[in-house]
Amino acid sequence: MAKANTFIITSSDQVSRRTILKRFPIPRNFGVPNGSQIEPGRTWTAPEGATRTKQFEVYRYNPVSGENPHLDLFEVDLDDCGPMVLDALIWIKNKVDPTLTFRRSCREGVCGSCAMNMDGTNWLACTRFIEETDSPTRIYPLANMRIIKDLVPDLTHLYAQYELIEPWLQTKTSDPDRERLQAPEDRKKLDGYYECILCFCCTSGCPSHWWNGDRFLGPAVLLQAWRWLADSRDEATGRRLDTLEDPFRLYRCHTILNCTRTCPKGLNPGKAIAEIKKRIADRRS
Amino acid sequence: MVGYRFRSPLGLAMSLGSAKSGFGHWWTERVTAVALIPLGVWFAASLIAHSGSNYEAFIGWMGSPITAVLMILLLITLFWHIALGLQVAIEDYVHSGTKIWLLLITHFLCFALAVGGIVATLRIAIGVWTAT
Repeated sequence: MAKANTFIITSSDQVSRRTILKRFPIPRNFGVPNGSQIEPGRTWTAPEGATRTKQFEVYRYNPVSGENPHLDLFEVDLDDCGPMVLDALIWIKNKVDPTLTFRRSCREGVCGSCAMNMDGTNWLACTRFIEETDSPTRIYPLANMRIIKDLVPDLTHLYAQYELIEPWLQTKTSDPDRERLQAPEDRKKLDGYYECILCFCCTSGCPSHWWNGDRFLGPAVLLQAWRWLADSRDEATGRRLDTLEDPFRLYRCHTILNCTRTCPKGLNPGKAIAEIKKRIADRRS
Repeated sequence: MVGYRFRSPLGLAMSLGSAKSGFGHWWTERVTAVALIPLGVWFAASLIAHSGSNYEAFIGWMGSPITAVLMILLLITLFWHIALGLQVAIEDYVHSGTKIWLLLITHFLCFALAVGGIVATLRIAIGVWTAT
């Protein structure tokens, strides 16, 4: 299943490059504002009689409590719970602590609601096997977002950036009486882009978006922008490129490729951004 | 977040709008990088080849027309590339009022170093030409 380790990352099912350090060697709360410092939380022991258990370290934050975020340790009875990390979270919510808050809907990797950070990697909780995770499994909300509660990040700004690129078909030609036709080979050009479910795993993992997220659009939105630039039926290409051509909106991407490395749908936002840059180059010469 | 009160998310995201530029910077960074490959290899190889030379032999080589032209090209390309790269790094990480000052200092410095190098090269070259 896993592709060979190549120099340029093209999909998240590739083996990650070998690194000596798993995370940058600074203390977890280094430089973090006082109110966001993560504190140790409580431990919830497994129910009596549970034989096969696993520990889950979960980020908890309640804005109403006035307390700092903390890490709770839950012991989950694996014999009583489904195989995915999302199953474990639902098990915790149903059987241990009903206040644990997270987004979920389809539980099959289609809706993008349960995007979160597991063992330091952004992915969908519903498509991450518990047995693939460390011990204890470390679960945090998506990074670089304001946290509403526990594992629920505020995506308002990302949706606004998505709205900015006008993600709908735009034409000057008057509306046809029937569906708009598209050649099969033109339809193929959308493959690898239309599948994006807007879970924002990539944008949350992008260092350029960490430092300049107010202006840089981020990989998810730029992949969507390319999806409309690549659509043979769309007639707003020139205006779309005008909107994107900006030192911060587009060119803040430095091809770090964390986006491609983390995409739970196996897409390649890095390539989509490169295609946009190529289009802008095409109209210059 | 106080400054953002009552502003719509879309308004914040659109902010000042698109600069409708940025391609030139991105493209020049790549063009200078490509140009630096042959120029850098030539410069490194020449230095190694002259590691045993004395002062006169080195100055004589440096003052030859081809060397002077390549040297000036290397200086222009190198410092142009450095200025563009440092500008990106500063824009990435500096968000305070010091950003504009850092950009000015790095651009002035790169320009000064390039001009200084070119004048030095020309001085050697003209010295060699007038001596012969």
